[in-house]
Amino acid sequence: MERIEAIKKIVENLDDELVICNIGFPSRELYAVKDSPTHFYMLGSMGMASSIGLGLALSTKRKVVVFDGDGSVLMNMGTLVTIFSQNPENLIFVVFDNQCYGSTGSQCTYTTKVDLYEIAKSVGFKNTFVFEEEISFNEVLNSKGPVFVHMKVKPGNADVPVIDMEPEEIKERFMEEVKRK
Amino acid sequence: MDSSEAVYKALKKAEIDFVVSLPCVNLGKVMEMVDCDPEITHVPVTREEEGFGICAGAFFGGKNPAILMQNSGLGNSVNVLASLYELYYIPILIIMSHRGTEGEFMGAQVPMGKATPGILDTLNIAYINPKTPEEALKVIPESWILSKVARTPIGILLEIPFWK
Repeated sequence: MERIEAIKKIVENLDDELVICNIGFPSRELYAVKDSPTHFYMLGSMGMASSIGLGLALSTKRKVVVFDGDGSVLMNMGTLVTIFSQNPENLIFVVFDNQCYGSTGSQCTYTTKVDLYEIAKSVGFKNTFVFEEEISFNEVLNSKGPVFVHMKVKPGNADVPVIDMEPEEIKERFMEEVKRK
Repeated sequence: MDSSEAVYKALKKAEIDFVVSLPCVNLGKVMEMVDCDPEITHVPVTREEEGFGICAGAFFGGKNPAILMQNSGLGNSVNVLASLYELYYIPILIIMSHRGTEGEFMGAQVPMGKATPGILDTLNIAYINPKTPEEALKVIPESWILSKVARTPIGILLEIPFWK
């Protein structure tokens, strides 16, 4: 399935979970599918989605969902180890794996050769899921974190516009939302 | 007053309640004190850049974050400081052991030691070099207030003589 389809299917299951979304097309696609104060859209700092999500999960009782990509995970693999060691029960780490750097012209990533799901399992993640055709995200939401979700998607980006919000506006709105509960 | 104790007390006075850390021989005792403090969430990290990402998330969650690091790691944090911290106006206290300064015994530390202030200048990150424990105790809490109000990272550079 296309990544935007996967995002749609996952977002349908979300209620007041906080979402940290990776830079580039994933954020643009999420914004086009549904905008919400519970979303933090990254506009820079490639690789940091998992880290931002971990820091947030350690600082709130609310459930945190990270939307990351294969290229970004490969750029910051150390955080996998830190997430496992800190063991936040409220963190769901979703990796949309299209085996390429989709936002920069679809250059291949090394996930064509290594399996992120196996890596997550070997790090020690207890609850791991892999989805390709079907997504049962309710099951993911009911699992104790940290949860690792390997979401295999096709390469390619949807034809969606850039996010027309200022970075400050994205942050302020998100922080107000985090405070609400 | 002991240097490490001054830094720890200053963090407490600043109401820092979330600390990420990377190992450094000079900051070792501060890290132990932070780790024993039930009021502070302490997250050892694998790389400075990751630490900055985690602190940004903690700030979104309402925490007052600080990073304990050696200046060598500033090099691999440039992008996160520019395209996350500067872009979104996020505060953080950067407590940095500044190796390669006066009294350095290891030549390998000198190039990054010399480059450190210039990197901070280029990123428009203000920094202070307290010379004594008493000065650190005073400027660290003030720097956090400034960081929060100005919504920007502030660096505290602790050079080799500070630890003597």
